[in-house]
Amino acid sequence: MITLPGERKSQEPGEGSTWFTSTLDYLVNWARGNSLWPLPFGTACCAIEFMSMVSSHYDISRFGAEVVRFSPRQSDVMIVAGTIVDKMAPVMKKIYDQMPDPKYVISMGACATSGGFYRAYHVVQGIDEVLPVDIWVPGCPPTPDGLMYGILKLKEKIERGELDR
Amino acid sequence: MSTMTRLSSVPYTGPAPTNRNPYVPHNAEAFDRRGAEIRRTKGLEGLDQELGQDLPTFRVDRADIVGVLRTLHDDPSLQFILPLDLFGVDYPNRDGGERFDVVYQLYSFENNERVRLKVRTDEQTPVPSSYPVYRGFEWFEREAYDLYGIRFEGHPDLRRILTHEAFQGHALRKDYDPALRWILTEKDISRIVPKLAIEPEDTEFERVTLNLGPSHPATHGTLRIVVTLDGETIVGADTEIGYLHRCFEKMAETHTWQQVIPFTDRLNYMSAIINNVGYCMTVEKLLGIKAPERAEYILLVLSELMRIADHLVCIGTNMVDIGALTNFWYLFQPREEIYGLVEACCGARLLPSYTRIGGLAVDAPPDFIEKARRLVEMIPRYVGDAEKLLTKNRIFRERMEGTGVISKEDAINWGFTGPCLRASGVPHDIRKASPYLGYETYDFDIPVAYEGDNYARYLVRLEEIRQSLRILKQALDRGMPEGPVIVDDPYVALPPKEKVYNEMESLIYHFKLIMHGIQPPVGETYFQVEGGNGELGFYVVSDGTKNPYRVRVRPPCFAIYQAFRQMITGGQIADVIATLGTVNIIAGELDR
Repeated sequence: MITLPGERKSQEPGEGSTWFTSTLDYLVNWARGNSLWPLPFGTACCAIEFMSMVSSHYDISRFGAEVVRFSPRQSDVMIVAGTIVDKMAPVMKKIYDQMPDPKYVISMGACATSGGFYRAYHVVQGIDEVLPVDIWVPGCPPTPDGLMYGILKLKEKIERGELDR
Repeated sequence: MSTMTRLSSVPYTGPAPTNRNPYVPHNAEAFDRRGAEIRRTKGLEGLDQELGQDLPTFRVDRADIVGVLRTLHDDPSLQFILPLDLFGVDYPNRDGGERFDVVYQLYSFENNERVRLKVRTDEQTPVPSSYPVYRGFEWFEREAYDLYGIRFEGHPDLRRILTHEAFQGHALRKDYDPALRWILTEKDISRIVPKLAIEPEDTEFERVTLNLGPSHPATHGTLRIVVTLDGETIVGADTEIGYLHRCFEKMAETHTWQQVIPFTDRLNYMSAIINNVGYCMTVEKLLGIKAPERAEYILLVLSELMRIADHLVCIGTNMVDIGALTNFWYLFQPREEIYGLVEACCGARLLPSYTRIGGLAVDAPPDFIEKARRLVEMIPRYVGDAEKLLTKNRIFRERMEGTGVISKEDAINWGFTGPCLRASGVPHDIRKASPYLGYETYDFDIPVAYEGDNYARYLVRLEEIRQSLRILKQALDRGMPEGPVIVDDPYVALPPKEKVYNEMESLIYHFKLIMHGIQPPVGETYFQVEGGNGELGFYVVSDGTKNPYRVRVRPPCFAIYQAFRQMITGGQIADVIATLGTVNIIAGELDR
């Protein structure tokens, strides 16, 4: 059974009481956190592990984030999976700008987070040069469960209301 | 590796020690003789031969290069018809001022041999373009121009290919700072103008130019295809790459020989172990050593499993792109299980970096054979399920047959290797042509198809999975050889920890190897393995220090993808997606 936000603590004792009180913000954040639609901005190796996370073995649909959308207009969390190079950065910025609010960014793996071990002439040294990032997932590449943990952390952050925009 | 990083950060102020012994390939005389024979061919008499190399090597004058290439290509006794690789090497301090070597490597199916040509040039003087003889060198020349600034005269379209339009300078020159970046702004993107070859033709439809990618579900995130459409038909196409150029070759020059291994994983990340094997065997060739039998056995088993994983992902994602999601679930499950075995061996799934120069990082787990046998028994069921859904499926065949066609002659001239070449009717496989890791002792066939279309490429990949399973079955029946997994050479492999803690000599060797790295003899060498997509070759130059002077990877995808615009022109827009899936372009390898 799904427990709605605020249900447990505010439910009146007695027969047939099915009402509860909550704040609208809390309810909206709860809904948002449980139905994240990812936009996989996958460029390299990490994108393969992202596919593993979506496919049956790990199955992200258990946490409501399986509706992968490649259109920025239909998604609310951008998962940057893979190395972003200087040639790609403006493209990524453009796609991020097209996403409707509220929007979140997960930086998956060492390259997206800091350029990884590519301290090189053509690699962006962390996507926070270009975008605001909410969750950083470490690893090269992170395991599918690692990324899943990152998504759950994002869900918690949203539900706590830290990312109200 | 963690100890290595920590200790390397201790500043060492003395001079960098070097190994000044020259590299002597073990069969150099045979190649010298063969080179002399080639030199007797009509039209090649004037060539300077470089002796003592691992391939017949010639030094050619700039002005003669096109003629020499044409003779090598056309002469019936030579028939070097496959363009393998073209790249630059920079020697800024060389006498005479001609700092660049342009190196050409060609392959002959007829004699199963390779040849290397070198042309010297400087920053200003252009080299005649080899495009009239080998179309497959078109992008390779663009790359040499982009990264070295070498000019090619008569090239149809000499512009930057891997770096962006706002980039200044040429990144692979020795005097270029590895970390110097040039920022591309959103305004600058419009400066990238694709070159579309469209015949002027009057139609009643208005033509539309459409941009696919770089962020498009079917382009794997990093490929950009620009097509001009007449209705649904493609009349002109161009491809733009470099959206994942992460400077592998420059990074290799700034790290030690051992530290390059993790970078090779990230080339073709679908079959990372094959890349590890290719790089390590190249350096082993340069060092004149050979990994122990047990290490070779484990690597052979893992290479074949990785090849299967590569093909599974290729077919699976291809089907997703054309709208058949079910197969993706069937084909991804065995892949997860394969990664389970890799993880049991070394702790990493996708990018294991399992090899070391001279062998393996750690031994395989005791239940390696049982685990591998379980995989070999379960994979056919999943593959069979997917095949039942696909191979005779009418809708699937309608979409795949006759689309994305490339003929045998074109495929060779563009430099195709691997499954894409075999699907065009050339039974060429490095595992048969020049076996390594003991492939010559296994019984397997090279699958070939003759149509050269998407369906043929799908069938070849499917059959290669079966052949890999055949090799695996034989290997597992033979059992694992006993013995060490890394060579017992203190100048190459770290001594075991218990010895380092207890013996003075081992401690010294450990220290020397960590501080000064492996120092191969001075020289250059090339070695190739059969990667998931074709011939994956590494060309390395050592100057005797702990860092490679030059590491060149011969990426099979790069040669294949340059023909893509030809394969899709004349077809429908929907065929682009199907074709892109079957040629299996891995951006990490394409852009490096």
